Amino acid sequence: MKTKQLLSILLLVFVAAACAAQPDEPRQLTVMTHDSFEVSEAVVTSFEAVNNVEVIFLKSGDAGSMVNKAVLSGDAPLADVLYGVDNTFLSRALEGDIFEPYAAPLLADIPHEFELDSQNRALPVDFGDVCLNYDKAYFADNDLAPPSSLEDLTKPEYAGLLAVQNPATSSPGLAFLLATVGHFGEEAYLDYWQALVENDVKVAGDWETTYYTEFSRWGGERPIIVSYGSSPPVELIFAEDPLDEPPTQAVVADGTCFRQIEFVGILKGTANRDLAEAWIDFMLSPAFQEDMPLQMFVFPVNPNAELQQEFVDYLSVPDSPVFVDPEDIATNRETWIADWTETVLR
Amino acid sequence: MNRNLIQRNWRLAALWFPPLLFLALFYFYPLTSILGLSFRQGDAGLLGVWRDALASSSVWNVLDFTFWQATLSTILTLLAGLPAAYLFGRYRFPAKALLRAIFNVPFVLPTVVVAVAFNALLGPRGWLNLGLMEWLGLTSPPINFLNTFWAILVAHVFYNTSIVLRMVGDFWSRLDPRLTEAALVFGANRWQAFRYVTLPLSLPIIAAAAVLVFIFDFTSFGVVLLLGGPQFATLEVEIFYQTTGLFNLPLAAVLSAIQLLTTLLLTVLYARLSARASQPISIEIEEASQKPLSSRRARLLAGGLIAAMLLFFSSPLVALASRSLARLEPDRQQRSVERGLTLDFYRELGADRRASLFTVPPATAIAISLGYAAGTVVLALALGLPAAWALSRHKRAILTRLVDPLLMLPLGTSAVTLGLGFIIALDQPPLDLRASPLLIPIAHTLVALPFVVRSLVPALNSIEPELREIAATEGANAWQVVRYVDLPLVGRAVLVAATFAFTISLGEFGATAIIARPEFPTIPIAIFRLLGQPGALNYGQALALSTILMAVAAGGMLLIERVRIGESAEF
Repeated sequence: MKTKQLLSILLLVFVAAACAAQPDEPRQLTVMTHDSFEVSEAVVTSFEAVNNVEVIFLKSGDAGSMVNKAVLSGDAPLADVLYGVDNTFLSRALEGDIFEPYAAPLLADIPHEFELDSQNRALPVDFGDVCLNYDKAYFADNDLAPPSSLEDLTKPEYAGLLAVQNPATSSPGLAFLLATVGHFGEEAYLDYWQALVENDVKVAGDWETTYYTEFSRWGGERPIIVSYGSSPPVELIFAEDPLDEPPTQAVVADGTCFRQIEFVGILKGTANRDLAEAWIDFMLSPAFQEDMPLQMFVFPVNPNAELQQEFVDYLSVPDSPVFVDPEDIATNRETWIADWTETVLR
Repeated sequence: MNRNLIQRNWRLAALWFPPLLFLALFYFYPLTSILGLSFRQGDAGLLGVWRDALASSSVWNVLDFTFWQATLSTILTLLAGLPAAYLFGRYRFPAKALLRAIFNVPFVLPTVVVAVAFNALLGPRGWLNLGLMEWLGLTSPPINFLNTFWAILVAHVFYNTSIVLRMVGDFWSRLDPRLTEAALVFGANRWQAFRYVTLPLSLPIIAAAAVLVFIFDFTSFGVVLLLGGPQFATLEVEIFYQTTGLFNLPLAAVLSAIQLLTTLLLTVLYARLSARASQPISIEIEEASQKPLSSRRARLLAGGLIAAMLLFFSSPLVALASRSLARLEPDRQQRSVERGLTLDFYRELGADRRASLFTVPPATAIAISLGYAAGTVVLALALGLPAAWALSRHKRAILTRLVDPLLMLPLGTSAVTLGLGFIIALDQPPLDLRASPLLIPIAHTLVALPFVVRSLVPALNSIEPELREIAATEGANAWQVVRYVDLPLVGRAVLVAATFAFTISLGEFGATAIIARPEFPTIPIAIFRLLGQPGALNYGQALALSTILMAVAAGGMLLIERVRIGESAEF
């Protein structure tokens, strides 16, 4: 057995040496990411050509599952780079000690509000806001003003109009819960939810159900739902028949949205540190940043990246979304969700 | 020990070696690794974790609910499946293969597709609600089906009836009709003949089907999450939540262990029961064991049963397929939008307007899915045949009796837990398969193996020993006995087993548990990707791809039904 292992190692070294001798043979860079990751083929190909590398993507479940897998495989990392951990899971990744710091030069261009890790282990790539969305036609037909604050939702005229997701199983659901925690404070958010329950809020398990089953835009009963700030322009881009304007609208008043920021980091123990750095530089550059909105419906942190016309025209970005410290989220997530479950579902 | 016995033991060990090695590498090793690691992570120590978990009322609520819904679902599934199994097993009637194929389709469908199908039929804007609203002039949908306890039960029956139909129906089609005829000659009426002859003989296979159905319901995940909604949690849902949402690995490990132990108890109980009850029954050709529906009353009953089954099984599927062809913009859209038929969603599937790296044409996703399914069939049969052989030929050996219940354990294992187990256990060459596409057929085989073995053993058991002895005394060698006596008799069971493996692989959706290579997506993964994005075209494409998967599944089932009939004529 021992000799066999030795032989195979020797063989590997020989093959590796042979490969290294040929400069044309592309190296491989592995990027671990979540199921929602999308990128244009042309964008990846351009990176591959410039760096003579083949990029392999590993999709590893939702953001939570992905971080779990990265933490558990810390001794023998699955990839060179991990992209897609957001501010609600950031602490789990940092505590799991899976990243090597990298002070990317392009960080200088990026607004400081996006940088949540002072040691540069996790670098911000994009953001998206979880906001209330409403069905414009419903409010026009019923001569009702759309809500403009979280408080509005507890008023009698909005009774039975709202659908949200379960924060235990849904990422926008958790973001909206965090918006209420941040906005009302830890002492008062449960009272707010109690008022929502009395106002007949509907809870679904995931975003798909809220959007395609509950939302009145899609034939459901509820004209207000929790979705993304990007959903209205996306409705326009992916309409069945061309529309003049989005049929839905996001509420972006101060203190109503929760901002999800996604990060990238170099996984500890990578053998391809140089390529990993090049990839991160590429992700922060306009070439990649401008590709994200149409692929993943998230938005560039690099202000030099330009947006497509649909987003320029119809994307509403909140000026001051609710902020909750990632460490607070890590410490209290379980308690908040459990208390929420007790108040809303039981 | 005499030479014969030694030889026998060697043969037994050789038979068990491949399936045991497979289970050890890809099941027990990852599972014990992750459970061990999880328990070590707790601050309270091994006993403390258990004590805390068992003192928590929410854990007990989850346990209560899991057992309760699984029991109800299993009873309902048996009630729905047994009459049909009898009809299919004992009678000849037109379009039988087609009907059997249709009833088997749900078993293959991933839960995301079934949820979409029920939504298209019974959702707030499903066909039924739309029709009723139009007809009765209502402004809100009258049927509230999604996110109810009923939705969970109905979906479980929808999924698992085909297990009863296949296992019990197949058994009844092979049951020697002379047994019942003898009872009838001696003055029993049809009911008595069924009650005192057919039923006792069939109890083991009914129990086997019930155990499988129960295990499936007991470990239900997608149905509960997607159709039941947030107020319901089975053990598997709670494990997912504790692992992914909270990273509370110790509690997740306790819940996984409870789920495993329950499955183990069920399978041990089952193995005992079936060992006591099984006896050789001669395999009869279907022509002899099945009769035509002779009386008017029988034809009416059968027709009614088939109509009801057809309505139940095909209406969600038809709703889904028709939805993928329908244009349905909301009425109050300012601009007038045509309602009508459209092929837009299918056209869009090949279009890829975002030029995304991970968009593959539907044909490629289908080919990839079929490739994984074929791999699963080969692997599951290669491991399942020796295991089934050992189970039927060396029934009383201690090794057999120990290993038998273990085969079924993967069914009761949390996919989330096992997925993490793969990550931490299979991380060194040559076993570093964590990111390998090979892991997919391997994981599918773990799920399919128990089905394969369970469908093979009864057929192997039912071979009469005299036949083999006659062949042997006539000068046939061991290989010839297998080739000319056993294989033809077992052929049909092998086919049923292969169907199980194939269909399980086709519909399996383990993207959250296993690391997926996005360049090789299966159909369910491609559907899930489309469903996660807003916009009419994306939803429409998910519907279209679901319909394609359904068509492929139905086509595969029908093909297998064809082969079955061809095969059985040889007997």
